[in-house]
Amino acid sequence: MSFPLLTAVAALPAIGAVATAAVPAARRTAAKWLALAVSLATLVLAAVVAFRFDPGGDRYQLTESHAWIADFGVRYELGVDGIGVALIALTALLVPFVVLAGWHDADPLEGRTPDRRWRPTQGFFALILAVEAMVIISFAATDVFLFYVFFEAMLIPMYFLIGGFGDRAGARDEDEAAKQRSYAAVKFLLYNLAGGLIMLAAVIGLYAVTADQLGEGTFSLQAIVEARQSGELAMAQNTERLLFLGFFLAFAVKAPLWPLHTWLPNAMGESTAPVAVLITAVVDKVGTFAMLRFCLGLFPEASAWATPVVLVLALVSIIYGALLAIGQRDIKRLIAYASISHFGFIILGIFAMTSQGQGGATLYMVNHGISTAALMLVAGFLISRRGSRLIADYGGVQKVAPVLAGTFLIGGLATLSLPGLAPFVSEFLVLVGTFTRYPAAGIVATFGIVLAALYVLVLYQRTMTGPVRPEVERMPDLRKRELAVVAPLIVLLVFLGVFPKPLTDIVNPAVEHTLSDVQKTDPDPEVEAAK
Amino acid sequence: MNPVNYLYLAALLFTIGASGVLLRRNAIVVFMSVELMLNAANLALVAFSRLHGNLDGQIIAFFTMVVAAAEVVVGLAIIVTIFRSRHSASVDDASLMKL
Amino acid sequence: METLIGLLVAAPLLGAAVLLCGGRRLDRTGHWIGTALAAASFVLGAVLFADMLGREAEDRTLSQHVFSWIPVGGFQADVAFRLDQLSMTFVLLITGVGTLIHVYSIGYMEHDERRRRFFGYLNLFLAAMLLLVLADNYLLLYAGWEGVGLASYLLIGFWQHKPSAATAAKKAFIVNRVGDIGLSIAIMIMFTTFGTFAFSPVLESVGETSEGTATAIGLMLLLAACGKSAQVPLQSWLGDAMEGPTPVSALIHAATMVTAGVYLIVRSGAIFDAAPAAQTAVVTVGAVTLLFGAIVGCAKDDIKKALAGSTMSQIGYMVLAAGLGPIGYAFAIMHLVTHGFFKAGLFLGAGSVMHGMNDEVDMRRYGGLRKYMPITFATFGLGYLAIIGFPGLSGFFSKDKIIEAAFAKGGTEGWILGGAALLGAAITAFYMTRVMLMTFFGEERWRNAPTPSPKEPSVEPAAETRGEYEVPHPHESPRSMTIPMIVLAFGSVFAGGLFSWGEAFVHWLEPVVPFEHGHPPVSALTVTSATVVALLIGVGAAWLQYGRKPVPAVAPRGSLLTRAARRDLLQDDFNHVVLVKPGEYLTRGLVYLDHKVVDGAVNGTAAAVGGLSGRSRRIQNGYARSYAVSMFGGAAILVAATLLMRAV
Repeated sequence: MSFPLLTAVAALPAIGAVATAAVPAARRTAAKWLALAVSLATLVLAAVVAFRFDPGGDRYQLTESHAWIADFGVRYELGVDGIGVALIALTALLVPFVVLAGWHDADPLEGRTPDRRWRPTQGFFALILAVEAMVIISFAATDVFLFYVFFEAMLIPMYFLIGGFGDRAGARDEDEAAKQRSYAAVKFLLYNLAGGLIMLAAVIGLYAVTADQLGEGTFSLQAIVEARQSGELAMAQNTERLLFLGFFLAFAVKAPLWPLHTWLPNAMGESTAPVAVLITAVVDKVGTFAMLRFCLGLFPEASAWATPVVLVLALVSIIYGALLAIGQRDIKRLIAYASISHFGFIILGIFAMTSQGQGGATLYMVNHGISTAALMLVAGFLISRRGSRLIADYGGVQKVAPVLAGTFLIGGLATLSLPGLAPFVSEFLVLVGTFTRYPAAGIVATFGIVLAALYVLVLYQRTMTGPVRPEVERMPDLRKRELAVVAPLIVLLVFLGVFPKPLTDIVNPAVEHTLSDVQKTDPDPEVEAAK
Repeated sequence: MNPVNYLYLAALLFTIGASGVLLRRNAIVVFMSVELMLNAANLALVAFSRLHGNLDGQIIAFFTMVVAAAEVVVGLAIIVTIFRSRHSASVDDASLMKL
Repeated sequence: METLIGLLVAAPLLGAAVLLCGGRRLDRTGHWIGTALAAASFVLGAVLFADMLGREAEDRTLSQHVFSWIPVGGFQADVAFRLDQLSMTFVLLITGVGTLIHVYSIGYMEHDERRRRFFGYLNLFLAAMLLLVLADNYLLLYAGWEGVGLASYLLIGFWQHKPSAATAAKKAFIVNRVGDIGLSIAIMIMFTTFGTFAFSPVLESVGETSEGTATAIGLMLLLAACGKSAQVPLQSWLGDAMEGPTPVSALIHAATMVTAGVYLIVRSGAIFDAAPAAQTAVVTVGAVTLLFGAIVGCAKDDIKKALAGSTMSQIGYMVLAAGLGPIGYAFAIMHLVTHGFFKAGLFLGAGSVMHGMNDEVDMRRYGGLRKYMPITFATFGLGYLAIIGFPGLSGFFSKDKIIEAAFAKGGTEGWILGGAALLGAAITAFYMTRVMLMTFFGEERWRNAPTPSPKEPSVEPAAETRGEYEVPHPHESPRSMTIPMIVLAFGSVFAGGLFSWGEAFVHWLEPVVPFEHGHPPVSALTVTSATVVALLIGVGAAWLQYGRKPVPAVAPRGSLLTRAARRDLLQDDFNHVVLVKPGEYLTRGLVYLDHKVVDGAVNGTAAAVGGLSGRSRRIQNGYARSYAVSMFGGAAILVAATLLMRAV
């Protein structure tokens, strides 16, 4: 038996989380370094996964399979396709930056000496690593039940990260901030648990259907897909649609899709910037990833049935999220609404059912992760300097902190999908992929790019340009640690914008497989052009 | 005599016990009513044992007696404690069972 | 040779990267690095030009495939360049004028502490613009298209501490984005129709598709061109873009970037040829804009905004020509090149004037400057003669051809278009003469402190209105600024004649840009004389108003049309009422809706569950006897239910 690489990628941060939590209370700095080292080691392992993965090979590779709960046919089954590899790489890549950016977020408050048992610092970093482990295993799971368990379990550490750690209140009232934080955390948890509960019902339903028709119940994705394709497993139309809805609702809450989005602005607004990045760039991606892998793979007919409605909801998300972003007064909530708009694009691409749409959506997940991380983390650095999240409290920062302003602008330009930066590639692919099948949807979505320009540039103009406000006069520019967080992200944005081929090579075959699951092919061009 | 009559008696005793629990305020009397209900149940069990011709009912009756004895110990102790602290044995004076 | 094409883009790109990431170390040398790399690009362009001339006319197209950019299924986007006569023309214009303006900026930006960054942005612009004209497919062109938009955004807002500059930069980017929608939809239609968006396959097979599809693509491309080239209805950003430093206005907002729309239309000529309806739309936009810009140019007192109106109008001429089909394409490009020379020269002249006048831009505060700035006066004067189309100078040749071609369109349409172009020529002569007279002739109005303008909100009072007035000391600019002006003046004088010598320019472009002789309903000589008459009328009218009478230092109230023209013919008011205000209400309404309705539904559900729990909590009152009742009740119900089930 070969080395269980995927288990190792997930287990490493899990062990790291326990170890970090166990660091003695007084050795706070050691805990930080340990967390950073573990996250970097995970990145190395993820890189090994990416290199060992052969894009031309089998659909699922590096597979592992062990019996887990034999009575219910639950297995511990892991395996990755190109989409999974890309997202595992993204997760492993972002967590070191999250750790580094949050270096001081869980320090004891200034001027307050904590007692000897005070250890939230350890907890903060341990929770981040725990989330990483669970997200990675969700991306690798090919057993529906296994996926479900970790899909739900990651809510717990996220709940504590949102509710337990917030921005330094600054001018705000500390009690009021704590109240808002706990409201956001509970909202996050309840929303996602509700979605998860519906999914649990669907998971059980799926088991019942397989047990009924195959004689022996199974949760294995591959087994179910194969049985469906061979005709052994034929779901009744209504059953399939209900099960699809059960899965889809849970993923739509996580993604988040309009109108199930209202938890995201609260959660991202109240948590610290690194945690907000963890929410939107990593955890939410599990939702869109699962739509692609589980909804389309398990329920192809129901997916086709739901497509019109989902496309409309995705379009509403795109436009609605962008318009609300324009109307926000709080930097972090603005970015949250921008993310809602971007998730609309991802879902649009997935349900366009073309190779450009789905390939673009997968790339979008990766690129949105990187670009939002860049923008959000710089926003976090900005907020930590002034102690306010309100746009109106800034002005003229460009003059005093040019590097900070410059990186903020690049993050913003990536968010508005400027060509040359990574998100452009994916956004254009999604638009083209949608247009070839649904021209009207493609055109409506295109208006999103104007609105994106509006919210990004208005944000930049109000915070960074104009006369220098007295409160920001002494604002220091980016420090070395902060630059070390932002610079690699920007390099990556440029690289993937100019040369996305390594990524598309990995993703393309997986997308072809997914399309063949739903039995769709790209529409042919009207005129076969002379090549 | 027809064993069914014992069942009627058990039902009567049980009803008396239940009414006692619901209507009386004195904790001791409530307690005694509970005992009456338990014994009504015992009587029914023994009667059934006789009716069916096996010993299951009698065995369960023994269990019930043991449980009742244990209950008396604990219950009386609680009542005495409450009486000591509140100088009252009325069950309506104490609403400690909610948070 | 092919590999040099990539270097053409790479040189300024390298410059931008070095200058923007290099930090303060490069503050002293940055401008030299930037200028050197721009010049290197020009030299490369010249080498390629020489090489191209050495080959047969049909064999002059070079192409280079660099790498595969976005390969997903049937969607194959490559980073590939195509250098033919059309792109070569642009390469020389961009790098040539670009290098001159780099040199000029060394002097102009000398006292700006962020000069290094300025040169970084300029280099970034050059790289993006070269990418735009060298791309061999529409998607790569789109990348360059947005790249120049970014450079324009950064440079308009270069003085970010001024809120007006930051606002203008944002406005330019967003209006351009509206146009970009057109380009991206055009690319999507192309991909859906042809399965590709590379120039040659699309343009060659456009005839095989329906006219409807071609029209759709054409209109979308026109929308893109309107955004980038400041054509009606997306023209509103160009006037505000004058907030940027003057070299930027010269390079980006006069000579090169704003003409990208014309390039796009000419490049996609085959599509427009297949879609007459789209062509009609193009000429309409061109004709309307050339009058619109000219009228705005007449009313502006800000020298740069007057020139901006003029740019809009001149590009209107080009778009008009490009919409005429093969009888106009080559002349559109020819006017584009000559315009590049004289308009850049005029802007640099304006910059030179501002440089000597404490950055004053109001022409009513100028006057009689010819004595103090002879070189600026001479070069500006030559540019002036070129733009109004004085016979023998560049503008005459190119503009006259466009007017001829407009008449040659034929039918009523031809008369309307030709008439509009002639009228435009007269107005051009009027507003340019006005600029000339107000700036270099007449009394020296700058000697007295300005009086605050009475109740005219559109005329912004100068910043110096309050406090002490410092009388400027007009002086000639340093040599780094005058030399580029002189070079451009040469171009303004001779380029047109050179190009028209035996139709050299037309024949040079012919292998890639189809050409046909137009046949105007009247003889060419008649058209030319009409043009000259229009020019004389314009000049005469301007002299009557601004030469014979002294120019008031404070703008008079003016007629209704003048006041509207000062406000850019109410374009901003229109956008404000139709787009901005409703947009604001919409976003505000949605924020409210999101909070109250969408989130309210969620919170409402939570509150309902909470309320229900609160109610049911009351049942649990802590009294032992009430618990007993519920137990007995429950037991009784169970028994009753069991018996009932038995009975049934």
